[in-house]
Amino acid sequence: MVRRVLRATLVPVLAVVVALLIGAALLHFSGLDPWKAYKALFEGAFGNLRAWKRTFEKATPLIFSGLAVAFAFRAGLFNIGAQGQLLLGSITAAVVGYMVELPPGLHVAVALLAGGLVGALYGAFPGVLKVYTGAHEVITTIMLNYIAINLTDYLADGPLKDPSGGGVVARTPRILESASLPTWGAVPSGFLLAILLAAVTYWLLWRTTYGFEIRTVGQNPNAARYAGMRVARVVGSTMLLSGLFAGLGGAVETLGVVGRFQPGFHAGLGFEGITIALLAKNNPFAIIPASLLVGAMKAGTSRMQFVADVPKEIIEVILALMLLFVAADHVIRALVGLREKGEERLVLTTGWGSH
Amino acid sequence: MAWRRHPWWYQNRSTIVGLGVLFATLVGAYVYSPQMTEAVLASTLRQSIPLVLGALCGLLGERSGVINIGIEGQMLLAAFVAFLMNVYTANLFLAVLSGIAVGALLGLLLAFLAVTLKVDQIIAGTIINIFAFGLTGYYYQVGLQTKGKLTPIAIPLLSELPLVGRVLFDNPPITYATLLLIFIVHFVLFYTPWGLRTRAVGEHPRAADTLGINVYLVRYVNVIVGGMLAGLAGAFLTLEAVGTFERLMTNGRGFVALAVMIFGRWNPISAWGAAMLFGFATALQTQLQFMEIIHIPHQFIGMLPYGLTIAVLAGLRGRTRPPAAVGRPYEKE
Repeated sequence: MVRRVLRATLVPVLAVVVALLIGAALLHFSGLDPWKAYKALFEGAFGNLRAWKRTFEKATPLIFSGLAVAFAFRAGLFNIGAQGQLLLGSITAAVVGYMVELPPGLHVAVALLAGGLVGALYGAFPGVLKVYTGAHEVITTIMLNYIAINLTDYLADGPLKDPSGGGVVARTPRILESASLPTWGAVPSGFLLAILLAAVTYWLLWRTTYGFEIRTVGQNPNAARYAGMRVARVVGSTMLLSGLFAGLGGAVETLGVVGRFQPGFHAGLGFEGITIALLAKNNPFAIIPASLLVGAMKAGTSRMQFVADVPKEIIEVILALMLLFVAADHVIRALVGLREKGEERLVLTTGWGSH
Repeated sequence: MAWRRHPWWYQNRSTIVGLGVLFATLVGAYVYSPQMTEAVLASTLRQSIPLVLGALCGLLGERSGVINIGIEGQMLLAAFVAFLMNVYTANLFLAVLSGIAVGALLGLLLAFLAVTLKVDQIIAGTIINIFAFGLTGYYYQVGLQTKGKLTPIAIPLLSELPLVGRVLFDNPPITYATLLLIFIVHFVLFYTPWGLRTRAVGEHPRAADTLGINVYLVRYVNVIVGGMLAGLAGAFLTLEAVGTFERLMTNGRGFVALAVMIFGRWNPISAWGAAMLFGFATALQTQLQFMEIIHIPHQFIGMLPYGLTIAVLAGLRGRTRPPAAVGRPYEKE
């Protein structure tokens, strides 16, 4: 067991280390002090209780979006649209949070569910399009991202705009106290929800017939069809659930951290889900440490910027490098002279869907 | 299917009728309002340039069997480097070249990941996108001043023609280059041995390999040349269209280009037509807005190309056929 976990984590861990080393080299050649930068980054992420809280807060939506992407990957679907689903989930939760008046516990639950539901519908749409028209989900979900960005920008600057303070800033009003997700010490309740969802996802994928169907469709849709599985239904419902996860992530971010919807505050969360899903090799439990890692890097950036004068975008470069090395695991294996074992490799549906 | 040969005009009847209707509409519009027609057409052409270059990039890759979802990233990083080159050397020619070079390098990276390492092609392209977003974000500095733009060069006599003169023959250099490239890529792909090899590799790499074609080499070259075209599109954005660099300025054009490619059925000249259609939709909306004929929030105008892309992809069920080997890594035996 321990050996198996070690084997499975070796490549991602090495990928992280190599990416950090290359990041250090980049910083060095930009005339900055990498040691100082990384020390500040670490302090900003784990230095005290507030730092820990920040890390957990940053990691929470990433677990949701990572689960969304990984879940779809298991069915051979690439949901690049987690970003758009998350945005719509987030703005829906904000609307329910400030417009509706409900008793405290119920209010949070309703707002969360509403956000998740809208995300689910927005995720199901490309799934249905794929099933009925063959339109490839990679392009349709990306297009839906741009549409979601425009739509939420419009709503936050138009019908849903916060009139208080002269209405200068394009954002929705603050959610009511009864709709906000509490934080216990350093741990936001959204984080616990995220862990719960990871467990549910694991159970769904490996302990139910439906999960078996998803994984079969992902590995070989033709075999699944031949075995009598309804591939179209699996594809549609997988996208629906994937959208649900992403929508919940947006809702949790709004109700637990931001407290309203504001354009730009949720940027990148869906895309980082892709990085995290690949880093975790689509294992629901591995997504938690992967999200904590990326969350910690995001939590520490402002301190790093303040102490070591390093632009916070260096994190994005390091994340891209990590992703590169995880996907191209040959490179990492070659670096340490590790032999390749017959592991399953991620292969998505090929072509543009006309077969 | 009946394989009786029809005369060429009958085979292409829908295209001919379509072009006829288009021409009649244009003449009608020109008689009605010359200025507005010219403005819309010129804007259509401008909008279509990065799309058609991106589509050419995509179709070169796919004709040889490699999906390139990283066009967006290739364009973005090329746009950024071309802009920086312009800022620091004030040499527009060097700036364009540097954009093309960056596109080629990212093409090389994609080919290495997809062809040699056999990473899933869509993931490989996504990595290139995330990489480009990260690098441009990290090195972007606010307040860099551009050192000039590529300016229109009117072609004598031709630019005096009514309607088409101002639209087609009074453009900056990358636009001319793109118009030429469409026909060059078309010619190479369908009328040269290299093009035949490329298409063979994209349809049936095993058969091509048996005939002595180097599958890897063909894929590498096509993906790299495609990258150069995407790089040129990036240079177009910073040096010719906008004149400066903005964060994430490609705004999804690299992805829309893939829809343009599919709509154009992996054929360069048809892809140009598709790109013009996408450009026209945006240009017309903008013009109507500008003339205060319609009032729609700008965000909805912004959604238009994306909605159109989804509609195109969804509406082409069973009517398009991508190259057979697209998306599949080739294993030598």
